[in-house]
Amino acid sequence: FPPVSFLSLHHLCLLLPSLPTDATAVRVLLSGDFKVSQAETRPGNDASDQLGAAAMEASLRAHRPAALLIFAFLSLLSVSSSAAQEIQILNAERRIDLSSQVAIVFLTLKVENTGKAAASDVLLAFPPTEAEHLAEVKAQAASGKKRKKTYAHLIVEPTDVPDAPNGAKGFRLALHNPLSPGETTTIEVLYMLTHSMEPFPAEISQSDPQLVYYRDSAYILSPYRIKQQTTFIKTPSTNVQSFSRVEPTNRAGMELKYGPYEDLPAYSYSPVLVHFENNNPFAVVEELVREVEISHWGNLQITEHYTLAHGGAKLKGVFSRVDYQSRPSASGVSSFKNLLARLPPRVHSVYYRDEIGNISSSRLRTDSRKSELEIEPRYPLFGGWKSTFIIGYGLPLEDFLFESTDGKRYLNFTFGCPLSGTVVDKLTLKVVLPEGSKDPSAVIPFPVEEHMETKYSYLDVVGRPVLVLEKKNVVPEHNIPFQVYYTFNPIFMLAEPLMLVSTVFFLFASCVAYLHIDISIRKG
Amino acid sequence: MPPQTMSAKTDATIGVNGTAKSTSNQAPPPMALPANLKSDLLNKLSLKSFKLKTKQQELLLRVSILFLVYVLAFITRLFSVLRYESMIHEFDPYFNYRTTLFLTEKGFYEFWNWFDYESWYPLGRIVGGTLYPGLMVTAALIYWGLRFLRFAVHIREVCVLTAPFFASNTTLVAYFFGKEIWDSSAGLVAAALIAICPGYISRSVAGSYDNEGVAIFALLLTFYLFVKAVNTGSLTWSLASAFGYFYMVSAWGGYVFIINLIPLYVLVLLITGRYSVRLYIAYNCMYVLGMLLAMQIRFVGFQHVQSGEHMAAMGVFFLMQVFYFLDWVKYLLSDKRLFETFLRITVTTTVGLAAVALGVGTASGYISPWTGRFYSLLDPTYAKDHIPIIASVSEHQPTAWSSFMFDFHILLFLFPAGLYFCFKRLTDATIFIVMYGLTSMYFAGVMVRLILVATPAVCLISAIAVSATVKNLAQLLRTKSKVTQGGSSKAASGSKASSKALLDQSQPFQRNGAIALLLGVFYLLSKYATHCTWVTSEAYSSPSIVLAARGAHGNKVIFDDYREAYFWLQQNTPTDAKVMSWWDYGYQITAMANRTVIVDNNTWNNTHIATVGRAMSSYEDEAYEIMRELDVGYVLVVFGGVTGYSSDDINKFLWMVRIGGGVFPVIKEPDYLVNGEYRVDKGAAPKMLNCLMYKLCYYRFGELMTEYGKPPGFDRARGVEIGNKDIKLEHLEEAFTTSNWIVRIYKVKPPNNRW
Repeated sequence: FPPVSFLSLHHLCLLLPSLPTDATAVRVLLSGDFKVSQAETRPGNDASDQLGAAAMEASLRAHRPAALLIFAFLSLLSVSSSAAQEIQILNAERRIDLSSQVAIVFLTLKVENTGKAAASDVLLAFPPTEAEHLAEVKAQAASGKKRKKTYAHLIVEPTDVPDAPNGAKGFRLALHNPLSPGETTTIEVLYMLTHSMEPFPAEISQSDPQLVYYRDSAYILSPYRIKQQTTFIKTPSTNVQSFSRVEPTNRAGMELKYGPYEDLPAYSYSPVLVHFENNNPFAVVEELVREVEISHWGNLQITEHYTLAHGGAKLKGVFSRVDYQSRPSASGVSSFKNLLARLPPRVHSVYYRDEIGNISSSRLRTDSRKSELEIEPRYPLFGGWKSTFIIGYGLPLEDFLFESTDGKRYLNFTFGCPLSGTVVDKLTLKVVLPEGSKDPSAVIPFPVEEHMETKYSYLDVVGRPVLVLEKKNVVPEHNIPFQVYYTFNPIFMLAEPLMLVSTVFFLFASCVAYLHIDISIRKG
Repeated sequence: MPPQTMSAKTDATIGVNGTAKSTSNQAPPPMALPANLKSDLLNKLSLKSFKLKTKQQELLLRVSILFLVYVLAFITRLFSVLRYESMIHEFDPYFNYRTTLFLTEKGFYEFWNWFDYESWYPLGRIVGGTLYPGLMVTAALIYWGLRFLRFAVHIREVCVLTAPFFASNTTLVAYFFGKEIWDSSAGLVAAALIAICPGYISRSVAGSYDNEGVAIFALLLTFYLFVKAVNTGSLTWSLASAFGYFYMVSAWGGYVFIINLIPLYVLVLLITGRYSVRLYIAYNCMYVLGMLLAMQIRFVGFQHVQSGEHMAAMGVFFLMQVFYFLDWVKYLLSDKRLFETFLRITVTTTVGLAAVALGVGTASGYISPWTGRFYSLLDPTYAKDHIPIIASVSEHQPTAWSSFMFDFHILLFLFPAGLYFCFKRLTDATIFIVMYGLTSMYFAGVMVRLILVATPAVCLISAIAVSATVKNLAQLLRTKSKVTQGGSSKAASGSKASSKALLDQSQPFQRNGAIALLLGVFYLLSKYATHCTWVTSEAYSSPSIVLAARGAHGNKVIFDDYREAYFWLQQNTPTDAKVMSWWDYGYQITAMANRTVIVDNNTWNNTHIATVGRAMSSYEDEAYEIMRELDVGYVLVVFGGVTGYSSDDINKFLWMVRIGGGVFPVIKEPDYLVNGEYRVDKGAAPKMLNCLMYKLCYYRFGELMTEYGKPPGFDRARGVEIGNKDIKLEHLEEAFTTSNWIVRIYKVKPPNNRW
C-alpha cells in the first residue's frame, strides 16, 4: 500500500498497542454487516480507498469490539440508503471550534430535493462515539438571500435511521415548509461535543503544557450524497503537534482546512486526528445538584452542590508551590484557580462553602442587570484534582414566580449551570414547592428525566413536594428558562405561623394552669 | 408564686366589693348601677391590680434579671461565630464532632461498639470504650429533639451551640447554688459573674465543642444538689445529686475532682463535729448510687472501685458507717467509760483493717496506683521529669500570674473578701464552697486548664463578697433616708430607729462614704464587664483553624491553610491513604480530611507517638524505614516560616525529640542542640539540619523571598535565615503546599525497583 495518510495509520497503531490477531472475527464483521465491496468500484477517490485498505490491514490485527467500531467506520465508505437518495447536499461547510473544552461545530448545509415527492424533513447522522458526547443540537433554516436572510428555528429530535451503518445515530430536522422536488434550502446546524478532546500525554508535570487529541472525520457523516464539502478546524493556539492529512489539507495559523472534497457518497467517513495544545481550563462539574426552594413569603432560595474536577491531563509527580507562585506563566498553565458564576440580578445572602466550612476566597459584584460571583476553590485545580463546594443564594420571589391565566402559579427559572465555561456531566434540578401545593408539571425545551420526591424542612408536617429534573451532559447553551406549573392555596402559608403561635400560647396557658393547680399529695 | 398571684386577685375582689358597698350606700336607682360600677371597677383594676406588691416586684425583677443573664451568657459566646463562622474550634472538638456525627448517623449501639480503624493505624481505637460519651449523647439528643419538632437544623450547628447553651444553664445553677449558700441576691450576682467570666468563656465559646462545655454545668449541678441534700437531708436531693454525678462522669474525666472533694468535705465536717444524719443520708446515697451509675460508663467501669484516685471516697464511706455505728452504740451504752474502751477498740481495728486492705489491694494490683496525670496535679514537677507527653501540652503548664489576672480580673481580689464573709457565717454550705474554692484554686495554679474548674467557685465566693458588701452599704443608705423621712412624719417610730439615727449622727461621713464605696463597686463591676467582653472578643473567640491577621493596610487577612490542606487530602488522595503527622493534628485530619492517621490527640499509646517522633527526628533514609513499616502514604507538617506563625512543627520539634528519645534512646536531645541552644540557622547542629522534620519544613524554602530586604530563605517565625537551603528529598516528594505554606504535605514514594 502506498503510504498516504501516514498519520492516521500511525495513530491507529497507537490505539492498538500489541493486540493479538483475531482475523476471523473481523472478517465476519466486515463481510456480514457492511458493504465493503463498493470501495473498490468507485473511481477517483484515492485517499479513501487507500484508507479503507489500510484500515482493513489494521483491523485484521484487532479484536476488541470498541476498536472494531472505529475500524468498521474506516472500512466503510459508502452505504446506499433508499430513503435518503431523494435528497442530496449541494454544498456543506463545517467549522469546528476547539478553543475551549467543548467542541463547537457549526454546519451549513445546502440541501436539494432530487426526488419526486416533497421532503418534509432532513436527517443528520452522528457516529455513536460522538452521539454520546453530544450535548446540544440546534438547527435553523435560512430563507431569502444575503441581506434579507431570515432564520426559522427547526425542531430537532433524535430518530432511528433504519439502515444507518455501525449504529450511527440520527437526528431529524422537521422543515417548516416541505421541500418540493428540485428546490433547495439552506440549513444551519450548531452542535456541541463534550469530552471530545482526549489529553495526550495523559499525565503531564506541572511545567508542561496540555496537549490533546481531537478525533473526527474529514468527511461529514451524512445519510445523503454530498456534492462539495469543506471542514475547518480552529485550534486554540498555533501549537499543533500533528494532524492527519486527507488531501487536500491545509494549515494556516490556528486553522486547519480539510477539503474541498467533491461528490462523496452517503456515510463517507475518513478519520482524522489532530494533536494540539489546549490550556483552557477543563473544568468539569461531574455532578451538580441545584435545589430551588420556593417560599411564598417572598424568597427563592437556591442551593447548588458542585462536584468539580479538572478533566484534562492528570498532574504527574510533584506540585511545587514555589514554582506555582514564582513562575505563573510557565507553571501549571492548564490548571485553573477561579471560576465565574453568573447569577440573576438582585441576588442576596450569597454563601460559598464546603462541608468543612466557609471558603473565604470569593467576590460578588452586583448591578441592576446581573450578578457575578467570582469563586476560588480552596486550592488551584490541576489535572485530575477534585473539589466539592456549595453555593447558595436568595432571590426575590416576584422576579421568578408568576400566575398564569388559568390560576396556576408558575416558576420561571434558568436551567443549567451558572458557572461559566464548565461542562456538567449530570445535573439534577430539584424544585421544592411550598407545602400544600399540588399538580406540579414542568415545561422544558429539551428532554429531561422527571420524578417526584418529598422534602421536610422547617416545621413541615406533610412535607414539600419536590419536582426532580435530571439531565446529563449539560453545556452553557442549556442556560435557558423553563417553567414549573403548580396550584397552591394561599391559606397554607398561614399554617406554620399559626402552629408557632398556638404552641407558644399553649406553653403560656399550661404555665398559668400549673401555677394555679396544687398537685401536692400533702393536705394543705 | 401561687400565693402572691392569689393575693393580687383577692385584692381586686375586695376593691370591687368596696365600690359596690359605697354605691349602694348612696342608693341610686338600680338601673344606673352597672355603668357606675363599671367605671369604678376599671379605675380600681388599672390602679390596684396592676400595681405589684413588693414581693411580686422582687420576683419579677429576679426572674427578668436571671433571664437577661441567661441570654447574655449565650450571646457573649457568639463572638466567634460573628468574627469567623459557625465552625468547630481547635483540636479535641473535631473528634467530638466526628463521634457525634457517627452517633447521629448510626445510632447509639453502633457508637457504643465503634472500633475506629481510621486512627492509631495499625492499632485502631475502641472509641466506644475510651471516651466520655456525655457530650456526644447530649448533642445528639438535642439534635433529635429539634428534628422531632421539625427544625431542620444541621448537626454542626447543634454542636457549635451546645457549649453556649450549657453555659447559660450554668448561670441558672449558679443562681440556685448562690441562693443555697448565701441568699438569692448573692445567687443573682453569681449568675451574672459566671455568665461573662473569661475563665469559663475560654472553654465554652460557640464552636468550642469540648467535654468541658457541658462538664462545668454538670460539676456545678452536682455540687449544688449535694449541698442542697446536706442542707435538707432529703433523699430526693441526694438522689438528684447522684444523677448529676452520673452525668458528670459521662461527660468529663474531671469527675475525679468531685469524687475526691466531696469525701474531703465530709471528712472536714466529721472532724469539726458537724456530723449529722442529713450528712449521712446525703453522702451515702450519693456515693453508692453515684458509684453504681458511674460504673455504667465503659471508660470508667471498675476503675471506680479499684483505682487509687477513687479510694478516698470509699474510705470516707466506710468511715461514715463506723461513725454511725459508734453513735448508735453510744446511744445504747449509758456508761461513758465502757464506751470509750469500745471506741478505742473499734477505731484501732477499723484503721488496722483499712490499712491492711489498702496494702493488700495495692500489692496484689487489685487497686491500681495513681495515674501520672493525677500525680502531676499533686506534684507539679512530676510530669516534667517523667512524662514528657503530658508536659508537652501547653494547657498542662503551671499557670502564670498574668493568666489568673486575665481570666478572673477583679474576682481575684473579691475572692479573699468572699472567703472572709464565708468564715464569718460558717454553715455546712459555706464550708463546702470555701473548700471547693481553695482546692480548685490550688489546682488552677498547677495547670492552666484547671482555671476552668476554679471559675465557678471563684464566681460564687466573689458574688458573696459583692452581694454582702452592696447589701450592707445599701442598708446604710436606706436606714438613713428612712430615719429622716420617718422623723418628720412619725415622731415615735420606735427605739430601734432612734438608736440608728444616733449611730448615724456619730459618724457623719458614713453616708457619703457608703455612696463612694457603692460607686467604687459599680466602677469595678463595670470594668469587669468591659474586660470580659474584650477578652472574649479578642482572645477566646479564635477557632485556631482559621488564622486572622492584620494586613499592611489594616485590613483583615485570613489564613485558611489548614482547611485548604485537609480538604485537598480529602479530595485528592486515595481513601485508604495513611497520613503521618505530629499528634496535634490527628483529630483534625480524621475529621476534616477523612483519612487514617498514625497518632492523634488521644495520647493513649506513648510508644506509637514516640515512633512518629523518632521518624520526624531521624535522617530521611532511617525515617523512610519507619514510614514503610507504618504504611505511611503521606506526611503532613505545619510550617510557619512564611507567615510568621509560631506554633508550628519546628517549634514543637524539641518535644518530638524528647518523646521519641524517651522510648528510643537512639534519639538524643543534645544532638539537636548547639551548646544547649535550639537553632535552625547556619549554626544549627548537623543532625538538626538533616533530620526529616527540618527537611520537610524547609524543602525549597531557600528559593523563596519572604521579607523585603532579607535574604531568600528567611524564616519569619524564628527571624533567622535557614541553615540548609539545598535540601534534596530522596524518598519523599512534595505533594501539596498550601497558599501560605502553613501546611506542607509530602508523598512517600514507593521503594525503587531492585533491577
